[in-house]
Amino acid sequence: MSAVDVTPVPMTAKRRGAQLGMLAFAVLIVMGAYASVGLGINDKIPSGMLGYGLGLGGLMLAAYLVLAKFAPWADPLLLPLVTLVNGIGLVMIYRIELAGAKDASAASQLMWTALGVVMFSATLIVLKDHRALQRLTYTAGFVGVGLLILPLLPFIGTEINGSRIWINVGFSIQPGEFAKLALVVFFAGYLVAKRDVLALAGRRLLFIDLPRARDLGPVLITWGVSIAVLVGEKDLGTSLLLFGTFIAMLYIATQRTSWVLIGLLLFVGGAVLAGQVFSHVEARFDGWLHASSNDLYYRQFGSSYQLMQGLFSIGSGGILGSGLGKGHPTLIPFSFSDFIFDTLGEELGLTGLMAILMVYALIVQRGLRTSLAARDPFSKLLAAGFSFLLAWQVFIIVGGVTRLIPLTGLVTPFMSAGGSALLANWILIALLVRMSDAARRPPPQAIQDEGLTQVMQR
Amino acid sequence: MSELTLLLIRLAFLALLWFFVIAAVGVIRTDLFGARTAPAPARKPVKQARPVSKPKKGEPRQLIVTGGPLQGTIINLSETPITIGRANDATLVLSDDYASSRHARLFPQDGQWIVEDLGSTNGTYLERSKVTRPTPVPLGVPIRIGKTVIELRK
Repeated sequence: MSAVDVTPVPMTAKRRGAQLGMLAFAVLIVMGAYASVGLGINDKIPSGMLGYGLGLGGLMLAAYLVLAKFAPWADPLLLPLVTLVNGIGLVMIYRIELAGAKDASAASQLMWTALGVVMFSATLIVLKDHRALQRLTYTAGFVGVGLLILPLLPFIGTEINGSRIWINVGFSIQPGEFAKLALVVFFAGYLVAKRDVLALAGRRLLFIDLPRARDLGPVLITWGVSIAVLVGEKDLGTSLLLFGTFIAMLYIATQRTSWVLIGLLLFVGGAVLAGQVFSHVEARFDGWLHASSNDLYYRQFGSSYQLMQGLFSIGSGGILGSGLGKGHPTLIPFSFSDFIFDTLGEELGLTGLMAILMVYALIVQRGLRTSLAARDPFSKLLAAGFSFLLAWQVFIIVGGVTRLIPLTGLVTPFMSAGGSALLANWILIALLVRMSDAARRPPPQAIQDEGLTQVMQR
Repeated sequence: MSELTLLLIRLAFLALLWFFVIAAVGVIRTDLFGARTAPAPARKPVKQARPVSKPKKGEPRQLIVTGGPLQGTIINLSETPITIGRANDATLVLSDDYASSRHARLFPQDGQWIVEDLGSTNGTYLERSKVTRPTPVPLGVPIRIGKTVIELRK
């Protein structure tokens, strides 16, 4: 506590101009990338460049207008940053499609991006106050778990590439992507209600505060759910993502290291157990530890071929990369989805990869900033949870494809081909925008400063 | 297309990417250190705070904590009201189980400081009497909030 001076409270500016400028810049970069791909592959600027650029520009302008109307005080950087990663992803998928990889489709990804922007706008328009989500805490929890187990149901659940995470309703979607959002809402609502008892009740043993057994319940349940997902759907990535996010939010809510320790212990225990019991988890571990051994490289199932091809392509990219359109993305299986980061590494090099990672870091930073500035505990936790979710997801997949951690199938947010993930992530960004609008909006001003009862203007 | 042109395009694109990142960081910087450009005008012209005039003689200039865990804390008085309580946004943040999160408020009016209880659980006391409505605070008279005692001084 120190002396308090009368410095006027710094007002957050809306910074609409900066936002529009950055948005135009992002679209420009994406158009440049598109032209560069054309020049690299067949020496001419692709004919569709103008239409493509105008399409993306128009889409983002629409998103910007919705944002300016319905969340005028929102963070000026979120939308441009997301536009850039999404656009680069689109260009890369276009480029991989051009190289002749089957299943890569730039047109469908563009359509999903358009749908994502629609979802973004719809979320902003419908959800006027994000605190309404707090009332849906337990509903969100049930919806989240329901969505997670949906692919296990007969008839609608389908198994693709060894993972049962799709449902088929005319077209395939991954309900797990939306379940993540619902579960983060549930975690935030639950922890806001329970954080005092989680933080304060308990006994001290050695240097850490041990929580009471009954408070451990939700942690154990989340752990159980994520293990069940891992077992039932063979989806390592999602279970790691969910459990990590829950532990991080628990730590943010209670500031107690004991929760992190307990979480880590549970995780390590679960991982070791899963590694011994399930062959596909064991295969992943093997492929990670001994990726470069001949046995594993040429193995029929669960080989490290894909991982090593990805590493080779990053390696051949070097510092400056081979240039857009000059790499060999067809050499990596699934270069357009899980391994898009490696393809990018080959063509843009370390310099480009770092720039892309910086953009992700900035998105996360804006989210955490929103969390710091938020005025109520629920939005603080929700914003921090969403930011951590994004950061953790980037870490898991980028760490996986660069062989820092065992490879688990997750999409690179906004970049990999995949409609459900794109939609869910656009909704996530819409929620962050909604919260940053509430956090940056100036507090109500007193209209007159005389008298004991102040009249406020909202 | 010659190799050289392609190389230049490649480098230009990477430079553009990094320029975008730097521009974004620039936007963040203004967010952290306040806008160098004109600050956003309030939606309605709000009456500017009166220029800080030197307190006249006989008016309190400081608020001193004379008892409780924060003893010795000094707050310079200005034209802005002072809130006291456990809430983080209070001017004087107490960590006292007997204080409410928004316990009491001190504000200047016509050269006098007025204390007002904000519906606290355990009450605010001016000398011995409970503050039930906004009351002027004379110099040197203790105000008790939970375990904390504060005074106005010249």
